[in-house]
Amino acid sequence: MKLALSDEDQAFLDEVLAFIVRHWPPSTRRPLEAAAVYPEQRQPEEAGWFDALVARGWSVPHWPVAQGGTGWTPVQRYLWDRETAYAETPRMDAYGANLLGPLLCAWGTAEQRDRFLPPIREARVRWCQGFSEPGAGSDLASLSTRALRRDDKFVVNGSKTWVSGAHSADWMFCLVRTHAETARPQDGISFLLVDMKSVGVEVAPIRTLGDQHTVNRVTLTDVEVPVANLLGQENEGWACAKALLDLERVGVARVAQSQVQLGRLKAFAGTFTQDGGTLQESPDFRRKVAEVEIDLAGLEALELRVLSQSGSGELAGPQGSVLRLRGAEIGQRINELFVEALGYYGLPYPEALLIDNEGAIGHDYALPALQGMLSSRSWTVSGGTSEIHKNSIAKALFEPGQV
Amino acid sequence: MDFSFSEEQTLLQDSVERFIQNDYAFEARQNNVKDEQGFSGGNWKTFAELGWLGVPFSEADGGFGGSAIESMIMMEQFGKGLVVEPFLPTVVLAGGALKIGGSAAQKEKYLAGIIDGSLQGALAYAEPQGRFNLADLTTTAKKQDDGYVLNGYKAVVLNGPAADVLVVSARTSGDQRDTQGVSLFLVPANAQGLARRDYPTVDALRASEFTLENVKVAADALIGEEGKGLPIVEQVVDEGILAIGSEAVGCMEVLYKDTVEYCKTREQFGQPIGKFQVLQHRMVDMFMEHEQSKSLMYMAAMRLDEGYTAEAQKAVSAFKVQVGKSGRFVGQSAVQLHGGMGMTEELRIGHYFKRLTTIDTLFGNVDFHLKRFGAL
Repeated sequence: MKLALSDEDQAFLDEVLAFIVRHWPPSTRRPLEAAAVYPEQRQPEEAGWFDALVARGWSVPHWPVAQGGTGWTPVQRYLWDRETAYAETPRMDAYGANLLGPLLCAWGTAEQRDRFLPPIREARVRWCQGFSEPGAGSDLASLSTRALRRDDKFVVNGSKTWVSGAHSADWMFCLVRTHAETARPQDGISFLLVDMKSVGVEVAPIRTLGDQHTVNRVTLTDVEVPVANLLGQENEGWACAKALLDLERVGVARVAQSQVQLGRLKAFAGTFTQDGGTLQESPDFRRKVAEVEIDLAGLEALELRVLSQSGSGELAGPQGSVLRLRGAEIGQRINELFVEALGYYGLPYPEALLIDNEGAIGHDYALPALQGMLSSRSWTVSGGTSEIHKNSIAKALFEPGQV
Repeated sequence: MDFSFSEEQTLLQDSVERFIQNDYAFEARQNNVKDEQGFSGGNWKTFAELGWLGVPFSEADGGFGGSAIESMIMMEQFGKGLVVEPFLPTVVLAGGALKIGGSAAQKEKYLAGIIDGSLQGALAYAEPQGRFNLADLTTTAKKQDDGYVLNGYKAVVLNGPAADVLVVSARTSGDQRDTQGVSLFLVPANAQGLARRDYPTVDALRASEFTLENVKVAADALIGEEGKGLPIVEQVVDEGILAIGSEAVGCMEVLYKDTVEYCKTREQFGQPIGKFQVLQHRMVDMFMEHEQSKSLMYMAAMRLDEGYTAEAQKAVSAFKVQVGKSGRFVGQSAVQLHGGMGMTEELRIGHYFKRLTTIDTLFGNVDFHLKRFGAL
């Protein structure tokens, strides 16, 4: 056993670091405050980063090489993910690049791949995911949005909820019911690619805690979708959905992001005074930070262990769920500590901090800290609740052959 | 020993409970939040007419001679409705400072207005560098002519925007964190040199930052003796903790009950999700946290009612620690068990969660009161 990188991986890491410094230099990095306040706005420097990624062929490392992937080993992909997270580079659209892209590569027709993959790879399109419905959350297979085949089209009616980014997405991939009378609810579901500009698509914002707008309700009324936009076989979309949900569990430990946040928390605590010293010097606060730091070290160690043992780099199975669960909880804890550090300045309402030109009330970081704490509560809900993930871990423990 | 309410106390509880049920449904509450001043003036008038604004004051001062117990009773019900009307800052805090330390003349001048609803107050005690230490003050008051001149900065003053009069803590002598040398002053909101920056808080209340620049007040603006203000603020804040802690107990009751109801009706996998044992146990834990908090609430109220002693202070800190821990657990659990719906502004769940979060901070968080409890 040894921890050090191989010479080859070390050389790779150096190349990655040089690329990042060149195309996302510290001088162009926006302060976190701004990044957190205006996540939707793409700055000129960000466009430059995407251009550089595409030109270098690194925009979709995990895709098959034939479709523009890099062919990196799991360790190399880990290093790339870690270093870009440390540098807080702009992220590729996760729905297109991380979820739909690999699915299209595996299940799409040649026409679908030619049509849909290039815009994703070149960061020219935004996708959103229409899975959950008001009546189908944890029990996703009970979904009831109907798609009726009429000649070379499907006519879709129903409503999707918790659709992140639907208000700025060009396309939505979604699950619809194409056959109502099946033995299992999973059968009779199909996977459709819907143009958000289609007639009958309506997007309504859902305001979440802290009055943030990231998720939406999407209502589909007689929306016509060409049969050419069906991914996989009709009535067999559940297989695509399951493959996609497994992808959602990859790289979700948020280790690097949490490490960045933890470093920021320590610096942040140093700016608050208490009894003449700083909060960072307070034994109570240090102890809490140390506790979460050790939790995070354990999570990182697990991630590296899984990584070094899995030839494919896929983290499906119980350990993938563990990474996701623990990662979410640790992230939530760090967010809580930010608000705790703020003391009384955790009270001003997020938007109040931007009311006028006099600057933030109390602390520049108060706004992202508060909104971060509130929105981090969704990390144990979206993409499968903690309870659902624990069920699947339990299933792996009790019925190891079945997973 | 008797944990039951007197007949008057039961009547008070019923009357506030009825008001919350009939006039303070969540939708009505959200309308009050949207009011220009952040609460309903009509409700405030109703509070005055029902005598609620005079409950904690002695009959000699024009009140109803209530105690910590009555304050607890009212605030628990207010918590169930997430009431935004400024009972805490005006009656419990500003009124409390006058009740505890005010002269006969000061009480005469201000308490009648508080009780009849015509006067709003606020307690300006916190400063950015002081965190939760009530003695950590850089705001100064210097004797000049036959009065004082105040200079400094006061942070996150609840009800600052509406307040007609502020109770301001300032240092008349000693070093920044000395327990001696703290004095309290009544400062009218329209005093020369007093500047204000208003904002809403995350739990939909209103607050202000205050800058004091050569604010002149007369000698009779001093509450109690010069340099002896800290014990008064401590007692006011402890009564404030009982008030917001009771509010938190009301919030937790709503949250665990709403969650149970939701889990009875929300169906997934062909059955109500409340059938799943793992969720049942989580709700049992929520219930247990609420019961623990409510029990310590009664202890704190009865201790305070017996007199302001070290035992009472300990009971208050114990209650605050419990409420901080329980409030976090119950709030987060309610959001978790409601799933995505728990994250929305539309459902009331998230609003109770936010209120519980700020209550944990207000008047000192869990760490602060653990330390205080250990030192007492």
